[in-house]
Amino acid sequence: MSAPRLMPYGDRAVLVDLDGTDEVLAWADALRADPPEGLGEVVPGGSTVLVVAAEGASTATLRAALEARRPGRAAATAEPDGGLVEIPVRYDGPDLADVAELTGLSPDEVVAAHTGQTWRVAFGGFAPGFGYLLGEDHRLRVPRRGRSRTAVPAGAVALADDYTGVYPRESPGGWQLIGHTDLTMWDLRRDPPAVLTPGARVRFVEER
Amino acid sequence: MSATGLRVHATGAQCLVEDLGRQGLTSIGVGRSGAADRGSLRRANRALANEEGDAALEVTLGGLVVEPVGGPVWLCVTGAPCPVTVDGRDVGADTVFSAPAGAVVRLGTPERGLRSYLAVRGGVAVEPVLGSRSHDVMAALGPDQVAEGDLLPVGRPGDSQPTVDSVLPLALPALDEPLVLRAVRGPRDGWLAEADRLVSTSWAASERSNRVGMRLQASSAEAGGGEAPVLRHADEAPPLPSEGAWRGAVQVPPDGEPVLLLADHPVTGGYPVVAVVVDIDVDLAAQARPGQLVRFRWTSPR
Repeated sequence: MSAPRLMPYGDRAVLVDLDGTDEVLAWADALRADPPEGLGEVVPGGSTVLVVAAEGASTATLRAALEARRPGRAAATAEPDGGLVEIPVRYDGPDLADVAELTGLSPDEVVAAHTGQTWRVAFGGFAPGFGYLLGEDHRLRVPRRGRSRTAVPAGAVALADDYTGVYPRESPGGWQLIGHTDLTMWDLRRDPPAVLTPGARVRFVEER
Repeated sequence: MSATGLRVHATGAQCLVEDLGRQGLTSIGVGRSGAADRGSLRRANRALANEEGDAALEVTLGGLVVEPVGGPVWLCVTGAPCPVTVDGRDVGADTVFSAPAGAVVRLGTPERGLRSYLAVRGGVAVEPVLGSRSHDVMAALGPDQVAEGDLLPVGRPGDSQPTVDSVLPLALPALDEPLVLRAVRGPRDGWLAEADRLVSTSWAASERSNRVGMRLQASSAEAGGGEAPVLRHADEAPPLPSEGAWRGAVQVPPDGEPVLLLADHPVTGGYPVVAVVVDIDVDLAAQARPGQLVRFRWTSPR
């Protein structure tokens, strides 16, 4: 693996530019498993990892430590420690027909494609407990809806770009809704409160 | 001994409990949050011999009225300098003062700046959520927004005593002068047609700013009535996958009006970040009044 491309991000952070989700997860795992001196936060994205210095730590020191790092393929192919999460879904979303049309599949084939692959939590964001899940192929790649909904219900299972996700609570949203789950994705009484953590693998199981 | 607390009689436009925020939870979508102006919170806590991350009240544009109950309390107001009175007697901002049980402590409208901090010796001791007493408006996490009638518990003070009776006031430009923020170029300046227009443009803080971010509009002289955005995305810019975001990032949505991310920013974002304001200046940015002029100046990362 070649030297990482490091980009400045203000005076407290460095943005590590990588090649897709495998490298992102490998870097994020490696940084958490063996934190360099002065590491504060690690924020994975689609093809970058934002590395924030701890309070009082020097960004230059952190940058030097990152330059020396080469998380290898081993880390990328290692069994993710997030485990396998099963999410029961009723495929009754209002956009299922639109998704079928956009993908050229029948509604049943959309469901089969969604339940027939293992998804991985690439990164978080949007809301507490929301994970951007990346699949194994591009069959379900669809654009966001032209107009966002002002209220998407909690538990809505949705698609946008190459990702699928589950709305952890009612919120505005522009993703294509294909179904819903009764699984509570975010619960402050649990530790951790989120079902989905980066690297975790996810299977959707159809519930009739 | 009855527990000490602060009874809230009025909140002003917005009053929130804030400390220095949550750490290590970005992977499950929970950001740092905390006081929008961390330096002012720390100054107030240090003056009261608190831990510097103890929770205090973040008060937007004054208007807070509280009454100590259960015993006297030591207080200090920092941040946007506002009139502070105890039973009508002027005590002023940036000083350590005591107020007896039953007194009326009132924060007036600040002459400049946006957010004042009322800290109490012992700290505001509401129940923490995920390790912090900060209210995060974006994630809808943490203690509820402070409301009239609330009784806010005050924590037990530590052993060390306050040794100062005043703190340095926050240096803020007058309302008709621009706030000048130092910014490090990148990481996504290449996504914009002319990234240098960030520093050559005179911006104004929008009314639609909040703790998530300060929205900026080109001041009327700059926009010149034209339709084209001042900060235009480059025509050939490739799509940008979502990436981690941090306080101080200046994101540019397609409409060309930048957003400077503040305490409650989302954990990841999909708009190009043209520059990141140096950390200490983000506290200053959190004090910009809606309508106030804002300028950026390039600096190199240190």
